[in-house]
Amino acid sequence: MVSSIPKDSQSVSELQEFYRQMVLIRKFEEAAAKAYSVGKIGGFLHLYIGQEAVGVGSIAALTPHDYIVSTYRDHGHALARGLHPNPLMAELFGKATGISKGNGGSMHFFDKNAHFMGGHGIVGGHISLAAGIAFASKYKKEDSVTICFFGEGAANIGSFHEGLNLAAIWKLPVVFICENNHYAMGTPEYRALAVKDVSVRAYAYDMARDHIEGDEVRKVRDHVKVAVDRARRGEGPTLIEVSTYRFRGHSMSDPAKYRTKEELDAYKKKDPLMRARHELELGGIKPEVLDKLEIEIQTQIDEAYAFAESSPEPPLSQLHKYVYAEDK
Amino acid sequence: MAVLTYREALNRAMVEEMEKDPMIYLMGEEVGHYQGAYKVSQGMLDKFGEERVIDTPISENGFAGIGVGSAMVGLRPIIEFMTWNFSLVAIDQIINSAAKMNYMSGGQFPMPIVFRGAGGAGGRLGAQHSQAFESWYAHCPGLKVVCPATPKDAYGLLKSSIRDNNPTIFIESEVLYGSKGEVPEQEYTIPLGLGEIKRKGTDITIVTWSRALSFAEEAAIILEKEGISVEIVDLRSLRPLDENLIYESVKKTNRAIVVEEGWPVAGFGAQISHLIQKNVFSYLDHPVERVTQMDVPMSYAANLERMSLPNANRVADTIREMLR
Ligand SMILES: Cc1ncc(C[n+]2csc(CCOP(=O)(O)OP(=O)(O)O)c2C)c(N)n1
Repeated sequence: MVSSIPKDSQSVSELQEFYRQMVLIRKFEEAAAKAYSVGKIGGFLHLYIGQEAVGVGSIAALTPHDYIVSTYRDHGHALARGLHPNPLMAELFGKATGISKGNGGSMHFFDKNAHFMGGHGIVGGHISLAAGIAFASKYKKEDSVTICFFGEGAANIGSFHEGLNLAAIWKLPVVFICENNHYAMGTPEYRALAVKDVSVRAYAYDMARDHIEGDEVRKVRDHVKVAVDRARRGEGPTLIEVSTYRFRGHSMSDPAKYRTKEELDAYKKKDPLMRARHELELGGIKPEVLDKLEIEIQTQIDEAYAFAESSPEPPLSQLHKYVYAEDK
Repeated sequence: MAVLTYREALNRAMVEEMEKDPMIYLMGEEVGHYQGAYKVSQGMLDKFGEERVIDTPISENGFAGIGVGSAMVGLRPIIEFMTWNFSLVAIDQIINSAAKMNYMSGGQFPMPIVFRGAGGAGGRLGAQHSQAFESWYAHCPGLKVVCPATPKDAYGLLKSSIRDNNPTIFIESEVLYGSKGEVPEQEYTIPLGLGEIKRKGTDITIVTWSRALSFAEEAAIILEKEGISVEIVDLRSLRPLDENLIYESVKKTNRAIVVEEGWPVAGFGAQISHLIQKNVFSYLDHPVERVTQMDVPMSYAANLERMSLPNANRVADTIREMLR
């Protein structure tokens, strides 16, 4: 593994922070997987394990004013945004203390204050929502940028094309981030994409493009930052393809028999967490320090689990609430 | 008779029809290599090859349109929606193209296409993955809408739908895929528009279809112990609708209740209730009642989901009220 050694203490501590976030996401999801297997979490559960560097790197390129739009694979994005694991875990458990008050579940995390504009369940449907949020920023002359995550599978749906076209003609401040994990559920990219490189589709909309590997968190951050700055300057959207891999199946119910063990093992060697840890050690951080960090995070996740478990279910009176916005 | 699951019965119907008619193909997301998201098309890729069992990218609008265009020139597509939730992305093709093609071309283009896939609510799938849409499609002239509740019906109705020269909306119940039932060994079809009395009774008629049949049957068993005799009409298809079966039953029992999985407002139960009061009003001893999903999007929370969905107790309670 070719590693970039963090050069100064600032880049060491920055990488350490990214490492902390990535470990937080991984341990959060490992705990969620466990809770799912004992029936504490229902519905679908799509894990982000393996892709952590994409979310953490991308979101690190944003300010708190910027907006994030996510898919049903939204846990990592929410944690990278800095949302506390407690309400996120409680949401998975369907509790009143959940980030969406128990009405959302795994696929629908929302936090208005944090400009976390939701996990969305219809593949690609949210791409035009992201363009709409960016449209509003431009209309109100605010300088927020919206980033929108989606998979390479979503790049085949109409709303992807419609959303990118509108964003391009109106030069909306939006960055489209395709997390290409090479499979849409059981469909490998070569059976779904006429042109394998999603990022070249940007040419069709006269849009800036970029294409990077997603295992190096600081590199992701640097590239996304270029696109975010471009958007903020009013120079329009960018389509970035980040190559990554999910270590688990599409969701908890998918044994992922459509891919080989060799392939999975090859990608596991490029685990972004391992890579960051290796780089930190090269940068002079002692393994004990990192071990301690991991234990602290595990404690935090255990607390989130206990919080979720002990939280009350939503009151039955909530059933009819929120259907319409309440009059002020 | 063989005991098959609902999913196996559907599979058998498709396989038999495809063996007979090379113009029939199956298209959708994950229908081939993955063997179907709900395994309804298990084994079909091996049997028919990639030319007839066709995986698509996630592009409901696009592949629904391919289906409609190909049906205009003689093919007989079966288009699978992974679930009906995602058919909304293709609703333009279904309604504006498929449903109207024959009419607006003055009878030049029959539309022998089946749109099929998993429907219904439950399983804690949250607001975007948990809803019953048959009322939406039943709204549209030009479409046929079929909602089988048992493996036996699923087999016979799917064969009829595939042979029909009209666009058929064939909504399978996600919750019922694993349910088992007897399916005759010999080939048979069930005409679209023919309901069935699933239980005989004298005090009240429950009109229902698809998964809601199970709520009706459970309620009937509960009420039987209290001396209330329930008749159950399973419509099996909403368009065409077996109106006479409903009327004959209501004439006998003098009371009717509709049990459905969908939302109440403009739901199909409202249509049935209207038809009953219009056509057999003088036989009624009580206004027609309805038990439906609650008028809210689905919550993920287990308790709220339970509360949202219709169930046997709600049916039984309503019927007790009606007989008081
Ligand atoms: C319109 C629509 N079609 C199908 C689905 C079912 N589905 C959910 S995720 C998924 C695969 C998406 O793959 P991709 O966009 O590559 O994202 P990834 O899951 O790899 O992150 C499918 C088919 C859906 N939710 N919405």
